[in-house]
Amino acid sequence: MAIGSVLLGGALGYASVKFRVEGDPLVEKIDAILPQTQCGQCGFPGCKPYAEAIAKGEADINCCPPGGEEGIRKLADLLGREFKPLSGEHGIEKPKSTAVIDENVCIGCTLCIQACPVDAIVGAAKQMHTVIASQCTGCELCLAPCPVNCIAMVPIPETIDNWKWKYPVFAVRKAA
Amino acid sequence: MNVRELFKFTGGVKPASHKAESNQAAIAVAPLSPVLTVPLRQNAGLASRPLVQAGDKVLKGQIIAGPGGSISVAIHAPTSGTVRGIETHPIPHPSGLLSPCVVIEADGEDRWIEHSAVDPYSLPVDELRMRLRDAGVVGLGGAAFPSFVKTQHSPTQDIETLILNGAECEPFITCDDLLMRTKPDEILDGAAILAHIAGAKRIVVGIEDNKPEAVSAMSTAAAKRSGLPIEVIAVPTRYPAGGEKQLIRVLTGIEIPFGKLGPDYGVQCFNVGTACATARALLSGEPMISRLVTVTGNVERPGNFEVRIGTPISDLLKLAEPKADTDRTLMGGPMMGFALPTLDAPLVKATNCILAGSKAMFPPPGPEMPCIRCGSCARACPMDLQPFEMFWFSRAKILGKAQEYHLFDCIECGCCTYVCPSRIPLVDYFRFAKSEIRAREKENEAADAARLRYEFRLEREEREKQEKAAKLAAKAAETKAKLAAAGDADEKKALIAAAMARTQEPKAEEKPSAE
Amino acid sequence: MASYLFIVLGAVLVNNVVFVRILGLCPFMGVSKKLETALGMGAATTFVLTLASGTSYVIDSWLLVPNHLEYLRTLSFIVTIAAIVQLTELVIEKTSPLLHQVLGIYLPLITTNCAVLGVPLLNVGMKHNLVESMMFGLGSAVGFTLALVLFAGIRERLEGADVPVHFRGTAIAMITAGLMGLAFMGFAGLDKYK
Repeated sequence: MAIGSVLLGGALGYASVKFRVEGDPLVEKIDAILPQTQCGQCGFPGCKPYAEAIAKGEADINCCPPGGEEGIRKLADLLGREFKPLSGEHGIEKPKSTAVIDENVCIGCTLCIQACPVDAIVGAAKQMHTVIASQCTGCELCLAPCPVNCIAMVPIPETIDNWKWKYPVFAVRKAA
Repeated sequence: MNVRELFKFTGGVKPASHKAESNQAAIAVAPLSPVLTVPLRQNAGLASRPLVQAGDKVLKGQIIAGPGGSISVAIHAPTSGTVRGIETHPIPHPSGLLSPCVVIEADGEDRWIEHSAVDPYSLPVDELRMRLRDAGVVGLGGAAFPSFVKTQHSPTQDIETLILNGAECEPFITCDDLLMRTKPDEILDGAAILAHIAGAKRIVVGIEDNKPEAVSAMSTAAAKRSGLPIEVIAVPTRYPAGGEKQLIRVLTGIEIPFGKLGPDYGVQCFNVGTACATARALLSGEPMISRLVTVTGNVERPGNFEVRIGTPISDLLKLAEPKADTDRTLMGGPMMGFALPTLDAPLVKATNCILAGSKAMFPPPGPEMPCIRCGSCARACPMDLQPFEMFWFSRAKILGKAQEYHLFDCIECGCCTYVCPSRIPLVDYFRFAKSEIRAREKENEAADAARLRYEFRLEREEREKQEKAAKLAAKAAETKAKLAAAGDADEKKALIAAAMARTQEPKAEEKPSAE
Repeated sequence: MASYLFIVLGAVLVNNVVFVRILGLCPFMGVSKKLETALGMGAATTFVLTLASGTSYVIDSWLLVPNHLEYLRTLSFIVTIAAIVQLTELVIEKTSPLLHQVLGIYLPLITTNCAVLGVPLLNVGMKHNLVESMMFGLGSAVGFTLALVLFAGIRERLEGADVPVHFRGTAIAMITAGLMGLAFMGFAGLDKYK
């Protein structure tokens, strides 16, 4: 028995050296599901750190409000975990919005430009700033630094371009 | 007409054709409406870019919007008058949403802008293609895809055959039928030009055999012509024989796989109306400002009308005198058309039919029952799909699985919905699933772009930090050297004073603006 | 040669470990949510079970029986299996990290998978020789994989089904498993050709 155990232990030790894992491809896969708003609502400084935390098992999968239920479902699917509703402490799911700067009020302080994680705000010191709507991820990080509260989140309106066919409505079966 | 072997596509249905109602009367010209609303988004691809302003005087045929991208065409004023402005207005779209349109108040003179014919065979083909674009020629079969894009030469495959689609398989619609009966020569002129541009070596006209007058008119016209060989072929009447991939398969036996198009196999397909519009655009210089529209269904006087683009659909419908119990209006046929949310919408280039319906004519479908997996839909599917499997996963919103069953091969012809014994609106589920998947793909693209921008920002911040550190280190070294060189205390003091003066400087003077 | 075929076929279909012997139900219910994971788990179990059957036969007939140490049988089998599972885990972590993450706790739990211990013990009871033992192990494992994959396929479809609220999730999975068990009873007739 004892000799057997020693032999097996030796074999396992050799195998663990031979099959050592480098890097973590799982992080990439998790990162691909996250919405990349880089908003930090999950408590991590960006999407990638959150993905790393999930991969290590340090963070739960329901901390990402912009990803919403859909995102949690995908993460649960990828990781084989149970789906759970979005945890309230990190915020709630909101309709997709973009930041809009009230250009009459903006004083050109550049604070929002520094806050924007995706460089979606253009402008210069003492010049009016504006948001490139197509690049804005709606992370709301520019709201807090603005000293004159001139930035508002405006939900993206429905247009012909982003209109979607609705789920067919079930005709309720008539009671016989 | 030669006798030749025809091929078959699988599936398909044979609904009652209802063509006789509207193909008896001759083509009527619809009167000019006082206000024409021309949507900027009419063709598949990108919307056009407006080139006029409120108050501008425009002439009939004048370009009012230019192509907004590589897959986009020009749009022209349908009549002479004054531009009231670029306003948001309902357009014929299932959503009923508003979209920017050029609104023109007609002056009643209907004065043409100067235009002239060209000899298409003396110009280079690229020049002809640009002319088609600037004449606003798009496919008139229903999808409104810019025709000049379809004639582009592929570097790998030459176009052998140009197929002229006159199948018009959808019930009720007869505008292509009437066009082929009345203007066969113009259609063939246009087809010859398209074949010349695309480099095709023969022209095959496919017409469903329930239109014998059209077949004989086209055959007679084809027999008179010299030049490219033209065959006019009657194909069996079976919906959707007019689907591009179906028609190509019936006429040539080529089955085009997923993700490929006709040109990859040397075949290009144009609608007969498109060919006619091409001839008009090049041989008489008239851009696409009107089209033939069938108005039929629950109306007193069904027929075909030559209508200006931008005419309110309500005006057009009045011409056919809808019956009192009309409760809905469809654009397109009963199989693929959609109910118009509002009759205020104007007629666009894609409108081939306005179909008035009533409860008596289209009784509301019974309640949806569970799928019994009978397989009728799979037998009816002209694309050889398994609609019941796609339905199963679309309904449960398991979109990835639905896609695995080749959801995007679906041409939304409606055969499955037509045959379903459980009255399941399968196509509605597929449309839902498709638009949901497309929206998600777009979101993913946006997320990828955001990730790149974020990573670039982090990199830039890091680089700036390093550069700053390097600069500071260099400066410190410089100062140290200077201090060491400057022997006595006075010089040191002078250096310090100079440095302090420098720090004051930026405050005093305005920073140059970056813009 | 034919007898080996009977052993394998019998273990796969007639005496399916899951549906007839009711062994290894823990991973059967736990890792059958997705077809991919089910296949991975099946492959891992097949590897472990075949190897375990062989090694345990060797240990039993060369080590335990000659030394009259039969009372150590269960203990030594478990140690062998644990080592093989550890090896498998290392290999999977290296070759397919995603599968490793997805199998999660079920991978080390192959150790306690009663099928993996049960099959070597059955081998001893049936007095199989080395090749027969390995064939029986392979057959049982393939049977396990078959059951797992079929069940996962059904569960994937079930996700889109209109299941009454109270039956959703595990309840309907249990019912499905029961129906599949009934279906596998149909193979009992194959026995008469043995």
